[in-house]
Amino acid sequence: MNKDTFKNTKRIEASLKKRYARERRFRLYGQLAVLTGFVFLFILLFDIVSKGSPAFTQQYLKITVHFDADSLGLGASPSEEDIRQANFSGVIKASLRDMFPEVTGRSDKRQLYRLVSIGAEYDLRDRVLDDSSLLGERKDIWLLAHSEAAAYLKGQVSRDIPEAERKLKDIQMDWLDTLRDDGRTRGSFNTQFFQYGDSREPELAGIRAALQGSFFTLLVTFLLAFPIGVFAAVYLEEFAPRNRITDLIEININNLAAVPSIVFGLLGLAVFINFFELPRSAPLVGGIVLSLMTLPTIIITSRAAIQSVSPSIRQAALGVGASKLQTVFHHVLPVAMPGILTGSIIGMAQALGESAPLLMIGMVAFIMDVPGSVTDPSTVLPVQIYLWADSPERGFTEKTSAAIMVLMGFLILMNALAIYLRKRFEVK
Amino acid sequence: MQTSTVFLTLLALCAVSFFVARHRSRLVGMAGGGLTTLNSLPKHYGYMAALWAGLPALALFVAWLVLESTVLQRLVVVTLPAEIQAMPPSEQGLYYNQLVAYALGNVDASQVSEAQVQGARYYSELATASKQLKMLLVSAVAVLGGLLAVLRIRPDFRARNHVETIFTSILFICSFIAVLTTLGIVLSVLFEAIRFFQVIDISDFLFGLQWSPQMAIRADQVGASGSFGFVPLLAGTLLISFVAMVIAVPVGLMSAIYLSEYASRRFRAVTKPVLEILAGVPTVVYGFFAALTVAPFLRNLGESIGLSVASESALAAGLVMGIMIIPFVMSLSDDIISAVPDTMREASLGMGATMSETIRKVLLPAALPGIVGGILLAVSRAIGETMIVVMAAGLSAKLTINPLEAVTTITVQIVTLLVGDQEFDSPKTLAAFALGLVLFFVTLMLNIVALYVVRKYREQYE
Repeated sequence: MNKDTFKNTKRIEASLKKRYARERRFRLYGQLAVLTGFVFLFILLFDIVSKGSPAFTQQYLKITVHFDADSLGLGASPSEEDIRQANFSGVIKASLRDMFPEVTGRSDKRQLYRLVSIGAEYDLRDRVLDDSSLLGERKDIWLLAHSEAAAYLKGQVSRDIPEAERKLKDIQMDWLDTLRDDGRTRGSFNTQFFQYGDSREPELAGIRAALQGSFFTLLVTFLLAFPIGVFAAVYLEEFAPRNRITDLIEININNLAAVPSIVFGLLGLAVFINFFELPRSAPLVGGIVLSLMTLPTIIITSRAAIQSVSPSIRQAALGVGASKLQTVFHHVLPVAMPGILTGSIIGMAQALGESAPLLMIGMVAFIMDVPGSVTDPSTVLPVQIYLWADSPERGFTEKTSAAIMVLMGFLILMNALAIYLRKRFEVK
Repeated sequence: MQTSTVFLTLLALCAVSFFVARHRSRLVGMAGGGLTTLNSLPKHYGYMAALWAGLPALALFVAWLVLESTVLQRLVVVTLPAEIQAMPPSEQGLYYNQLVAYALGNVDASQVSEAQVQGARYYSELATASKQLKMLLVSAVAVLGGLLAVLRIRPDFRARNHVETIFTSILFICSFIAVLTTLGIVLSVLFEAIRFFQVIDISDFLFGLQWSPQMAIRADQVGASGSFGFVPLLAGTLLISFVAMVIAVPVGLMSAIYLSEYASRRFRAVTKPVLEILAGVPTVVYGFFAALTVAPFLRNLGESIGLSVASESALAAGLVMGIMIIPFVMSLSDDIISAVPDTMREASLGMGATMSETIRKVLLPAALPGIVGGILLAVSRAIGETMIVVMAAGLSAKLTINPLEAVTTITVQIVTLLVGDQEFDSPKTLAAFALGLVLFFVTLMLNIVALYVVRKYREQYE
C-alpha cells in the first residue's frame, strides 16, 4: 500500500534472522544444561564403578606350606588351645623362605613376608583346627595376598612409578612375577567382603558389620517412623479441626523437612544420649534420630496419598453407618496404602544414605564385630564409607568404592520398588 | 533384655484383657437378651480393656526407664563417705560411673577403692530391687487397668465411642511429635549455646575474626586460650555455597526450561528421572567423589597452568555440592514454570514472539519470585550440607574469597568438635551447639522466606 509498510516488513525480515539465531542459541543452552547434568552423573558413576570393581576380586598366592610341628611350637598331641596359640606366622615365613631360598638379607626377608596378608595365619590356624592330620604335612595352599601385592597383581601399580614413591618395591614385584609365571597366583570373587567386619588391613576389611548395623538402624527407623507418620497424616487429613494447633503442626512439619540433617544429630546427642542416657554408637539412638528426620517425608507423602482417595469411598462407608475412624482404617487407608508405602520407602532410602547425624551420636567407631542387637555399638554403611575414605592406604580406596556400589545397589533397589508400587497401583 | 521382658509381659496382659473383656461383654449381652442389646460390638469392649491395661502401664514403664538411673545415683551417693559427697558434680559423676562399671563387672576390683566396692554392692542390690519392682508395678497397673475396664462393661456403655476418642488422641499425639521435635531441637541447642555464651562473650562469637577452638585442658597450659570468632566460618560456608549455586542455578534452571518448554514428552519422561538420580545419591558418595577425584583433578589442572590450588579447595567442594543441588533446583523451577498459565505463553507466541523470547520476556519475569524462592531453598540446603564439606573442605578457618584456597564451614566445625570423646562441659564442645543454633536459625529463616515467596507466587496464579 504505502512505503512505510514495505519498509517495516523489510526491517522485520532483517531482524528475523537474528531472532532465529538467538532462538537456536537459547535452545542449545538448554540442551547443554541437560547434557551437563548427564555428564556429571556419568562421570560420578563411572568413577565409582571403575575404582570399586577391582575390590570384588581377591588375590591369592599359592604357597607350599610345611606344617612343621616344631616350628609351630606344638607337641605330639596338641589340644585345641595349643593350636590356637601356635606360631603360624612363623610357618608362613619359613615357607616363603623355602620358596625363595636366594633371599638372605634381613630387610629383603621382611619385604618377602609382606607379600602375604596378616589374615593368612588365621586361615592356616582354622585349617589345622578343622583337620589336625595336616600337621607335619607339606601342602600347596592358596594364601591371601597383602593388599599392596594384590594391587600389583591386579595391574594397579606400575613399575614406571619411581620406587621411592610406592610401597611395593621392585624386588617384591620380581617375586610376584615369578609366582605369576609359575601359575601360583589367582584372583577370585571376594566373598570375605560380605562376611567380615572392619579391619585395619584393607584386604581383610568387609562390610558385614556395617550392613548389619544399617539393617538394625533402618529397622528402628521404620518401626517408629512408619506408624507415627501414617497416624499423623491420618489425623491431619481426616480429623484435624482448622485451628491454631493444626496450623502450628503443619508449619512445623514443613520446616522440619528443610532442617539440615546434622541438626537432628545435635538433637540426638543432647536429648537421647546426654539427657536420657541411651547408649552411644547404638542403632537404637541412630534409628530414633533418623526416624525424626524422615517423619516429615512420610507424613507429607502419606497425606498426598490419603488426599487422592476418592471421596465417594468415604461417603459410602459413612453412609452405611461406619464411624469416622472405621471409615479411615477400613476403607481409606487400604486404598491409600500403595502411595503411603511408596513415600515410606523413599524416606527409608533417604535414611539409609544418611550419615551426618549419625556421626554426632558416635556411630563412627571402629567396629570389627557384627552387632547382635539394637543396643550394640555399631556403624552403618555410609559411615563405614566415610571412615574408609579417610584411610590413607590405597587398598581402602577400592573398598570404599565397592561399599558405595553396594549402598547404591540397595538404594536403586528400594527406589525401583517404590516406582513399581506406584506404577502397579496407579491404574485404579 | 529386662526391658523387652517387661514389654512382652505388658503386651501379653493387654491381649488377656482384650479376650476377657470380649468374653464378658458377650456374657453381659446374652444375659440382657442377646448381643443386640449391647451398645457396641464385643470386640470394642475388648479394645477398650486392652487400651486401659496398656496405656497407663506403658506410661509408668517409660517414666521408670527415664528416671531409674538418676534416682539410683541419688540413693547410692547418699550412702557414700562425706568427702565424696562434697565433690563437685563432674568428679562425683566420674567416681559414680566407676562404681557402676565395677558393679556391672566391667572393671576389676584393683581399679576401685573400698568405698566404691561398698557402694557397688549397694548399687547392685538397688538395681535388682528396681528391676523386680518395675516388673511388679507395671504388671499391677496393667492388671488393674484391665480389670477396671472389664468391670465397667454394661449394655449401655458406649465402648466404641470411648475407644475412638482414645484413638483419636493417639493420632493427635503422633502428629504433635513434629512440634515436639522442633521444640527439642530449639531447646537442646539453645541450652548448650547459652552455657557457651556464659564462657565466651556473644559479641566475640558473632564478630570475631579468629577461629581456633583449642582450649587449655589444664589451667597451667600456655598459649591455648582458644578463640571463637564465627565470621571466618560463615565466610567459608557462603563461599562454598556460592560456588555451588554458580554451578547449580544455570544448569538446573536451563534444564528445567528445556525440559518443560522444548523437550518432547518422551524425552522428558526419560531424562527427568535420570537426572533425579543425582538427588538420590548419598552425600557421603559425593564427599568421596569430591575428595578423591575432583580435588586432585583440580589441583593437577591448576599446577599445569601455573595456579596453586589447595588440595582441599573450596572450588572442589562447591563444584560437587553444585552437582548435588542441580536436580533440586531443576524440579523446583520446573514446578514453578509449569504453574505459569498457558494463556500467557499463548498470548506471547500469538504475537509472533519466538519461544526463547516468550521464555525470557514473559515466562521468566512471571516466574521470577517463585524461582528466587526455590533458589533460597537450595541455598539453605547448601549451607546445611555436611558430608561433602567434611570430606572435601579444609579444617583451618581462613577469611578469604579465593575459591582456590581451603576454607572451613559451620558444619565441618560442628563435626570436628563433636566427633570423638569429649568432655561435655568444655567450651569447645559447647561451641558446636552454638554453631548448631546459628545454622538452625539461618536455614530456618531462609526456609520461611522461601516458602512464603513460593506460596505468594502460587496464589497469584490460582
